[in-house]
Amino acid sequence: MKTLKFTLFLAVILFGAINFAFTAEGGYQVGDKVADFSLKNTDGNMYSLANIADQKGAIVVFTCNHCPYAKLYEQRIMDLNTKYAALGYPVIAINANDPVQEPEDSFEEMVKRSHQKGYEFPYLFDAAQDVYPVFGATRTPHSFVISKRGDDFYVEYIGAIDDNTKDGSKANNKYVEDAVDALLKGKKPEVSFTKAVGCGIKAKK
Amino acid sequence: MYDFDEFEPVLHRDSDSLYVINFWATWCKPCVKELAYFDQLETQFKGEKIKVILVSLDFEENIETQVKPFLLKKNIRSEVMVMDDANSTEWLEKVDPSWSGTIPATVIYSKKGRSFYEKEFTKEEINKLVRSHLNKL
Repeated sequence: MKTLKFTLFLAVILFGAINFAFTAEGGYQVGDKVADFSLKNTDGNMYSLANIADQKGAIVVFTCNHCPYAKLYEQRIMDLNTKYAALGYPVIAINANDPVQEPEDSFEEMVKRSHQKGYEFPYLFDAAQDVYPVFGATRTPHSFVISKRGDDFYVEYIGAIDDNTKDGSKANNKYVEDAVDALLKGKKPEVSFTKAVGCGIKAKK
Repeated sequence: MYDFDEFEPVLHRDSDSLYVINFWATWCKPCVKELAYFDQLETQFKGEKIKVILVSLDFEENIETQVKPFLLKKNIRSEVMVMDDANSTEWLEKVDPSWSGTIPATVIYSKKGRSFYEKEFTKEEINKLVRSHLNKL
């Protein structure tokens, strides 16, 4: 009986662990409340949801310096901010890559990049790598449109910026723009989840 | 150069062989690192029913300038296909519903079943895995 009890106890612990692992790996689903985070911006200041408390929402994009896909989308990310920051949906870019594996994605290189390109949005470093798993970001670029209801922010769209990596002007669907446009009209995004090929976010080994 | 509809039959061939389909690109460092491990599988398991197909997700304009020189330099002997399809949400789901879109990614299938791996392999790992799949044939 003792053995049985112990086995059951173990099973419960194991099940709990597996369950937790799945949740952690899965990250946000559309509709989930966004947990606050505090990450260092390239200007040296810490950045959290408090910084966008007076906004309608935000376009959170996990991106980086080195990835060819992120580079192809860089101008489009800048354009999204130009278009939507004034409408209450600024861009928040986050780099979560391990700089040991991708030296181009170090904080120093992020600072350089943001200056060179003249980013007018925060470019945050997930140095401890504890924010990107909460979002469930797996690749760069990987975007999350969030909007404010009451005092909290909720996930409205997860996925690709558009459906043409090489040339945004040839995209048939501009997913992020469509999502934000819908939200600005008080509607829910018609397409709230898409997938795309991208560089995997490099977790610390 | 294939779009997904043209490529899809490769994922569903009906034969006695084990198919190892590796998705990679020249711009993807971990993919480049493990590509040689996939390329050696047909030699490693010579005489057994195994077919390796390396599916490049490089862009069409880079085939001549990057993909072909890379394959020559690395002396890649396996079959290589280049796939480019804008409708990624749909085709990634069709390859495997769990695929988030990162590479490297690998499909291993035979009449005995299908497995999907969104991860990087070492040479030992892939050899061991293929051995276990071949043993089931």
